[in-house]
Amino acid sequence: MRDSFIELRARERARAILDADTFRELLGPFDRMKSPWLPLQGVVTQADDGVVVARGRVDGKPAVVAAIEGAYQGGSIGEVSGAKIAGALELALRDCERGRPVRPVLVLETGGVRLQEANLGLAAIAEIHAAIVALRRHVPVVGVVAGLVGCFGGMSLAAALCSRLIVTRQARLGMNGPEVIEQEAGIAELDSMDGAEVWGLMGGEQRHATGLADVLVEDDVGAIAAQVREAFNTTAPPRSEQVQVFCRRLAGIDPGHPPSPKALRTLWAREGEP
Amino acid sequence: MSAQPNPAPRGLAARGLRWLQALTGQDGLLPSAPRTVRIADAPLGEELARFIAVVPDGENRFPRARCGEVGLDEAWTLAQQVRGTMSEDQNQRPRALIALVDVTSQAYGRREELLGIHLAGAAAADAYASARLAGHPVIALLVGKAMSGGFLTHGYQANRILALDSPEVLVHAMSKESAARVTRRPVEALEDLGERIVPMAYDVRSFNRLGLVHRLIRGVNADAPGPADVERVRGELTAAVATARGAPRDLSSRLESDAARATRAASIEVRRRLAQAWDAV
Repeated sequence: MRDSFIELRARERARAILDADTFRELLGPFDRMKSPWLPLQGVVTQADDGVVVARGRVDGKPAVVAAIEGAYQGGSIGEVSGAKIAGALELALRDCERGRPVRPVLVLETGGVRLQEANLGLAAIAEIHAAIVALRRHVPVVGVVAGLVGCFGGMSLAAALCSRLIVTRQARLGMNGPEVIEQEAGIAELDSMDGAEVWGLMGGEQRHATGLADVLVEDDVGAIAAQVREAFNTTAPPRSEQVQVFCRRLAGIDPGHPPSPKALRTLWAREGEP
Repeated sequence: MSAQPNPAPRGLAARGLRWLQALTGQDGLLPSAPRTVRIADAPLGEELARFIAVVPDGENRFPRARCGEVGLDEAWTLAQQVRGTMSEDQNQRPRALIALVDVTSQAYGRREELLGIHLAGAAAADAYASARLAGHPVIALLVGKAMSGGFLTHGYQANRILALDSPEVLVHAMSKESAARVTRRPVEALEDLGERIVPMAYDVRSFNRLGLVHRLIRGVNADAPGPADVERVRGELTAAVATARGAPRDLSSRLESDAARATRAASIEVRRRLAQAWDAV
């Protein structure tokens, strides 16, 4: 029987990814490091600000997991939650530079910047990007987008910066969430309520079939944990460094007659696969 | 509710090009690239620097990137150009990269999502970050809007952020109009909020209070810079390049100013406590 990963909260997700009995949370709920900005706007805070950072081991090697809690404020990135992710990656980088590699895993479940902390969320996301790029030179940075929130806004760039990106069919990955596109460009551009269309555009299966994610995995704790371990053996260059490949692909697109999501799967078929 | 392509961007987001012309004397058009990404080399102090701007183009092949948005072609071209600079400079002193920032946002659209604008944006941010780590001083000069995904892809990976002190220099995660729709609040309510809550504000003086700005350049005509304005800005850029060359290549300086210590106290405290607990048994 399958053991759903999606149904787990962030803390249990982090525990499930780390080797058994190695989970140790840093700056957990008892440390009460909450958003300083939400109370000023009458919004309820959470004692971990919606991000769980845990140290432990992956395949016996030192690791750190940062898992975003999609159930709190849509997994949005505020000053504290963003600093927890950036800070964890910066410490992993420090250890790598000292010759003590740490395996970093990001469990991304987020709508992007928390609008109530706007510019400090955006600043934290830029720092997360910077840390991933620096850390990736020492050790693969592994991203997981499981669902159901998906991964949007500036954090979709963080997902794309990962050395290896693991998604489920239930995941969605995009820069602009469907609601935002509908608002900005009109319902004729995209009907955000049309689930089939949304998943066809940015669902995990489509992202994997068009080479925008590395691994498509069942919603199963054991399967995801196994793929995370496998991802640390990767030697392929990160996708966001493959500029010529994607420039060539994009040059072949006529924006006046864009391909259907299905046709794109053929046009951008995964390299080395039929 | 209009699905029409955006109108031609008359007068919109024109500051990027104006400042590129003012600082380099060139229009920066590339031989075979979108007209929206402009690149020019020009002297800066004792050295040659590379200036990069994203500008509007009413005839852009992607209709949702005609008004100064960073779209697919823009982001991939930035990535290509910045990485090109890195390989050209492999055996010489890495040139300074000056990102002139006037970007209204990332491009919003169905085509953009289908074709992976999140990866395009990541590739641009990656290239700037990689250039910084390779020793290129990367300086962002905010001359107009620095909005959301547009800023993340073009400018936010800089060693140092400089900004003109002008009412049209705006920094935020979402345009006022969109934020009002999403939060179901009138624009005026958002403006009031911005006055009470610094990170919610759009204006560059508030942004400066977050400690993220290395230098706020006051008293310069941002729309129609005269020779003295241009010289001032060039001097500030030269100084920022020198500072960046002598400093760590990461973004740690963003947490070191007095303003950051006051307003981003939580960002600093989180890092301090994480470090404390990192190796604890």
